[in-house]
Amino acid sequence: MSAAKKVFLKGNEAIAMAAINAGCRYYFGYPITPQNDIPEYMARHLPEVGGEFLQAESEIASINMLLGAAATGVRVMTSSSGPGISLMQEGFSYLAGNELPALVVNMSRQGPGLGGINATQGDYFQAVKGGGHGDYHLIVLAPHTGQELYDLTIKGFELAEKYRCLTMLLGDAILGQIKEPIDPWKPEKTAGDPDREWLITGARGRQPRLIKSLYLADGEMEKHNWRLQEKYRRLAAEDVMVETRHTDDARLVVVAFGSMARIAKTSIEQARAKGLRVGLIRPITLYPFPTATIGEISRQGARFLTCEMNTGQMVEDVRLAVENPGQVEFYGRPGGSVPTPEEILARIEETYQD
Amino acid sequence: MYYDVIMAGFGGQGVMLIGNLLAYAAIREGKNVTYLPSYGVEMRGGTANCSVVVADEEIGSPVVGRPGSLIIMNRPSLVKFEPRLQPGGVLVLNSSLVPAAECQRDDLDLVALPLNDLAREVGNDKLANMVALGALVAKTGIVALEAAKDALEDALNPKYHRMIPINQQAMDKGAALV
Repeated sequence: MSAAKKVFLKGNEAIAMAAINAGCRYYFGYPITPQNDIPEYMARHLPEVGGEFLQAESEIASINMLLGAAATGVRVMTSSSGPGISLMQEGFSYLAGNELPALVVNMSRQGPGLGGINATQGDYFQAVKGGGHGDYHLIVLAPHTGQELYDLTIKGFELAEKYRCLTMLLGDAILGQIKEPIDPWKPEKTAGDPDREWLITGARGRQPRLIKSLYLADGEMEKHNWRLQEKYRRLAAEDVMVETRHTDDARLVVVAFGSMARIAKTSIEQARAKGLRVGLIRPITLYPFPTATIGEISRQGARFLTCEMNTGQMVEDVRLAVENPGQVEFYGRPGGSVPTPEEILARIEETYQD
Repeated sequence: MYYDVIMAGFGGQGVMLIGNLLAYAAIREGKNVTYLPSYGVEMRGGTANCSVVVADEEIGSPVVGRPGSLIIMNRPSLVKFEPRLQPGGVLVLNSSLVPAAECQRDDLDLVALPLNDLAREVGNDKLANMVALGALVAKTGIVALEAAKDALEDALNPKYHRMIPINQQAMDKGAALV
């Protein structure tokens, strides 16, 4: 690695730096642990590049400020956690209905309720299945290292613009607080296309435009919904991201995302050192889910062990993706605990059959 | 190479600072590193710890279950982490606050040093963390002692850079005793 150009940053700071380098000039948010390093960084550094940091009066206000800014076509983001993300769900639904691109970061808290501030993956369902009303999806990205937090923040803006969707970066306190050397590369593209036909930029010299999610005329609503679904189909066809490791000869395949996947990587190397043929599938996009990859590998006949820091959420999508749901075992830890590599290894050894 | 260490003590003893310092030293040597602080309702006088992993290869888990070495600055941390140390692992123990006799295991590589007293000899009690890091680095070779000393420039806020020489003396003091 080229030590010279790397910076040593907290995961939260890596997200904020990446956002600014990706051309994001607007941040609206309300503080909550464990993601406060993001607004802190934005408050300090956005003004230096002519951007606007605004602490809103609530999460509901911030997500609606996001909606307004996104309608003008600028790169805009917010970040929150647990209860704050719950408050934003109505806004997520409106952003989906209005087809507006933006980025939201959820550094999850242990729930339910006020819960605790340490690492958890209890928000998978809320992120992937939708916590707001209506038939919509977010693009959900699940980084597992500091560098990936940085890279996927940039990618998140690009995907949001490509599909006119809200992208969610889903992390937790491990990812937010860990410090690692990061390559702070700068993307070439730092703004969406200024000629997009829907941007609200002032109607001087052209017909006014309307961004809305209300469709009352006969047949209009159905047409709008089919168009949204067509976008999600294209998203699933073109932009699934997944990492696989040691799956060629695997008798047991661990499926895990985010910080759990990173812990499991060590468990898998420990298992390999003991001669166990164990592999890993790590969904990087949680929506769209890497259904095809999991299905294909499942036809090799391996058993699956889905590992999550919750009591069983992504495992449902894994069971839908594999050839035989009976292949899939689950190891979960609820909010309040983080497993060590050795604990996952013990479960791998228990589940493994040669 | 792969090396991991957990550093633990009272909030205010500076275990987070030496964790950061070790990470910066590893970066100076071109290695991969993760620094994971304990996270919760941390406060001065409470307990704090951090896990640092240094490796040439890609680092998997930043969460360390069975560390290869420990820096233990106070009694609660010894009780919590001693059982988790790998057999033969290095335990740098602050015997100013915890007598070496309180160690329960005999399969460890124990480096018991009166860190507070040694720090006072250098000029300030608060340097106990630097004495401990000097001892750990000299004992294990995770990074070169010089890299750790140079990394003070990266890890310390510039307004404290006038303190770099005395911190380096404290690290030398620890390194000389192992």
